[in-house]
Amino acid sequence: MSAALNGLTILAVCAGAFFFLAGTVGLLRFPDTLSRLHALTKADNLGLGLVVLGLLFQAEGLLAALKLISVWLLALLAGATVTQLIAHTARPSGPQA
Amino acid sequence: MAFDIGLALLVLGVGAWTVAARDTFAAVVGFVAYGLLLALVWVRLAAPDVALTEAALGSGLTGGLLVGASTRLRRAETRAVDERQPATLRLAAAVLCALVSAGVAAIVLLLPEPAPTLAPQAMVNMAATGLGNPVTAVLMAYRAIDTLLETVVLLLALVGIWSLAPDRVWGGVPGPRHQAEPDGRLTFIAQLLVPVGILVGIHIFWIGSVAPGGEFQGATILAAMWILAMMAGLVDAPAVSRRWLRLVLVAGPAVFLTIGLTGFAVAGSFLAYPEPHAKLLILMIEIPVTLSIAATLALLVAGPPERA
Repeated sequence: MSAALNGLTILAVCAGAFFFLAGTVGLLRFPDTLSRLHALTKADNLGLGLVVLGLLFQAEGLLAALKLISVWLLALLAGATVTQLIAHTARPSGPQA
Repeated sequence: MAFDIGLALLVLGVGAWTVAARDTFAAVVGFVAYGLLLALVWVRLAAPDVALTEAALGSGLTGGLLVGASTRLRRAETRAVDERQPATLRLAAAVLCALVSAGVAAIVLLLPEPAPTLAPQAMVNMAATGLGNPVTAVLMAYRAIDTLLETVVLLLALVGIWSLAPDRVWGGVPGPRHQAEPDGRLTFIAQLLVPVGILVGIHIFWIGSVAPGGEFQGATILAAMWILAMMAGLVDAPAVSRRWLRLVLVAGPAVFLTIGLTGFAVAGSFLAYPEPHAKLLILMIEIPVTLSIAATLALLVAGPPERA
């Protein structure tokens, strides 16, 4: 049972790491601010989400699991807001439009 | 092992990059990344209390202050980049920094094996403080004077920032007035995040007596929530001459000092607690200190008064 759980953890965390890598490559390689932001959100949403999912299989008790999920939800909320703010400032028509 | 070496190299690399960056804003971004990596190093060294403090204060709050400073400096920036210090001065600075680094490295490398430690004594006497976290016992009981001085230093820093205000706005309101947009993104996140953040801040403060956490880390989160509410325009910054604000700012150090002086009468020395009441007294200090630190940190970020 624990071997199966460990396997699931490794699978999910590796998948999460892949999205972090993809997001970073996108951040470095994409041509303009909006595309770069698009790449970055993949690291926050899917990357961190999959890492948290992997760690859930190792969580001790319900409280620890809930804390992990809250970390992901708070990062989602902050990430989405900051992305919106940066995009709003960076778009070609300017922040006022 | 490989992870630790990689982490150490990454810290050194980001540190060197931060020093070498010519653009102030880029250097600040490097500094924040450096602080977050340093927090990871503290976690690897099994010091989660220090890691929390580094992430919250060293990287987060100091990073915020530096971003503000670099934005204000932006107008003067072009001249600063062209200006190069004479080679002798730069060489002297490099030699001095290298000497300090070499000295610190030598001290660490020359420590006897095992390194001298007070950790066993700290653990043995912890029951007398009524606390369950040895780090908090050091900060609030064994070396309480350091913590007292830290709270006073923060207050002095705030006085320093306030004194940058021009005479006509002295005692006025710090920073620009942020207008709340009813459908704005910042308004949305402030309304959603601030209640959660206040809860997390109180939790981090409260848990400090038995687990990693404490007043500085909790206060930083509380300060961040106040800053967020101010930036979103949900609340305006208070005028720095307000009586209640001044009271909140000095309450922590004042209560700390009063209980410390009472120690002479009831327990024989400065900042000594009579044993059966140690936990209660520490809590009586910690609550106003947390509020004072939170208010001081938020106002440090808000900056000098700009409006009457």
